[in-house]
Amino acid sequence: MDAFTTLTGSVAPLDRLNVDTDQIIPKQFLKTIKRTGLREGLFYDWRRRKDGSQDPEFFLNQPRYQEASILLTRDNFGCGSSREHAPWALLDQGFRCILAPSFADIFYNNCFQNGILPVVLKGSEIQALFEGVAAHAGYRLTIDLAAQQVTTPEGTAYHFDIDPFRKDCLYRGLDAIGLTLQQAPQIAQYEQRRRSQAPWLFQDVK
Amino acid sequence: MAAQTLFEKIWNDHVVRAEPDGTTLLYIDRHLVHEVTSPQAFEGLTVAGRAPRRPAAALAVPDHNVPTTDRRIAIADPISAKQIQTLDDNCRTFGITLFGMNDIRQGVVHVIGPEQGFTLPGMTIVCGDSHTSTHGAFGALAFGIGTSEVEHVLATQCLVQKRPKTMEVRVEGQLSPRCSAKDVILAIIGKIGTAGGTGYVIEYTGSAIRALSMEGRMTLCNMSIEGGARAGMVAPDDITFAYIKGRPMAPKGALWDQAVASWRQLTTDAGAKYDAVVELRAETIAPQVTWGTSPGMVTGVDGTVPDPRSMGDEKLRQATERAIEYMALTPGMPIRDIKIDKVFIGSCTNSRIEDLRLAASFAKGKKVAGSVHAMVVPGSGLVKQQAEQEGLDRIFKESGFEWREAGCSMCLAMNADVLQPGERCASTSNRNFEGRQGAGGRTHLVSPAMAVAAAIEGHFVDIRQWS
Ligand code: SF4
Repeated sequence: MDAFTTLTGSVAPLDRLNVDTDQIIPKQFLKTIKRTGLREGLFYDWRRRKDGSQDPEFFLNQPRYQEASILLTRDNFGCGSSREHAPWALLDQGFRCILAPSFADIFYNNCFQNGILPVVLKGSEIQALFEGVAAHAGYRLTIDLAAQQVTTPEGTAYHFDIDPFRKDCLYRGLDAIGLTLQQAPQIAQYEQRRRSQAPWLFQDVK
Repeated sequence: MAAQTLFEKIWNDHVVRAEPDGTTLLYIDRHLVHEVTSPQAFEGLTVAGRAPRRPAAALAVPDHNVPTTDRRIAIADPISAKQIQTLDDNCRTFGITLFGMNDIRQGVVHVIGPEQGFTLPGMTIVCGDSHTSTHGAFGALAFGIGTSEVEHVLATQCLVQKRPKTMEVRVEGQLSPRCSAKDVILAIIGKIGTAGGTGYVIEYTGSAIRALSMEGRMTLCNMSIEGGARAGMVAPDDITFAYIKGRPMAPKGALWDQAVASWRQLTTDAGAKYDAVVELRAETIAPQVTWGTSPGMVTGVDGTVPDPRSMGDEKLRQATERAIEYMALTPGMPIRDIKIDKVFIGSCTNSRIEDLRLAASFAKGKKVAGSVHAMVVPGSGLVKQQAEQEGLDRIFKESGFEWREAGCSMCLAMNADVLQPGERCASTSNRNFEGRQGAGGRTHLVSPAMAVAAAIEGHFVDIRQWS
């Protein structure tokens, strides 16, 4: 996983509530056995008009958002299915950071597994950023993970909270499984104790 | 010791290690695996040269992609076929038990776990699927994870977690006749909203919950995620133990007695505190129908499509307008006037034998309306077999329903069962997102009884008064 330290990039605005993972990447793209190449499926249906042609109005079809690495959106982003294809597709499009007033739990968690930083800001701050993006072409933000800060071109800085363990893993690009494997002795001890208390939990599945 | 909630008891039993900041290494007892969210996890293991820690704690099944038509014919879609083949290969390589596509025990992952006695009270259970919350009906802590975490559990049998908050959803009283667990959970989501449970584990309590069968409790817990909660649970009781007893993977003999004695401790202690409490009266719950593109956009069948102009919040108004437009409805329209084209009875929410028995009892001797195409997809091969032994398939077929093989089918339309653009479906599944059942398709979530009545009348009817 790529580490995330600081990011300065342009912002793409998706002004919708409750964006679910079925919209981020529809089912037909879930048949893959790979993690890569999912960009094509990103917001597949929303990118298109009823007749199937590309909708030039949709934000990701507008030339000015092609290079965006920061996604700005509304409450409850990523609700619904646990499909990790959603962060994979966003990453494939070039997004490394998502700003919203709230996220759905599983999606939020999946972001960290893929080097994407989901940032929760206050509703009023998100609103101000939407207004900034609408007012200025090429609106860029700087995200500083160590300082837990989002800085606007005008110099306004918004603080965000993040779990210290997640922050550290993302900042250093750590292999989460490798970290847990370092605790193998504790896991073995736990298993031994549990097996004597509740042996039915250790019956083989067959 | 301080009074504890059911959730706290199970959580504490599974802590391998807790850091001072609350980061916890949580032990996972059981792991369900399906074809869509696992290939990249197995690939990750291979690339890193890692082996599963306890392959015998996992059970795999293909369900999302499988055809629900004749299984003897090769799968028409080569990409689907490859994904299913990949699951087969991975299970063989890594030593994981698989119920293959032609195994009678194959079915939707959240139907087969309970059916086999794989799902037991007090366990931690995960799956790369958000509806893993279903298994909480047994008094287990069960939640959905992403593919990276699937790999994590395979490699370590653990997950790194922060302890979630707890929410009690208490439903007291008696449900109206013909109202079901599906109506209860839709009403709860209507009340708390689709993000109301974010960050929480819900425990469902109260007399109306205790009165539910295991099937009903599974329906309830299944849709916890639609309320934003990763997990929902119901404390186990005699109904739970009676359901589990004798199932193939359930403990037997002395081990059974020991297990039940332990499971009886799995209740929330008097005086234990939840972080949030929500209360509903069962009598006030009408049969529910979703009108929009999010499960929280729901009302009673005696209600109407809302008027966005009456909404103060601008974002909510926009979302409502958009949903009504997508659904091709008009504000103020009575729900009963909504005409439907298709009916889908199935999914991990409502495809168990009790659901099918109930659906068949309403379908018996009636005919599906000429304008409606209706199908029934059992949750597993064993549910299908049982239903056929009871003659339910004949009742459905005589009424004009199609009777299919087990799988996820039109719940997410990843196989060939798809809504056409503009088609409107009454569905017993759990998600009414735009395009969920096929691009441009329109989904109304309802209970099995409501779905049958809609199939026969061609539009929604109040099942409480339907003859
Ligand atoms: S039936 Fe639907 S919700 Fe359930 S596991 Fe299958 S696709 Fe997911």
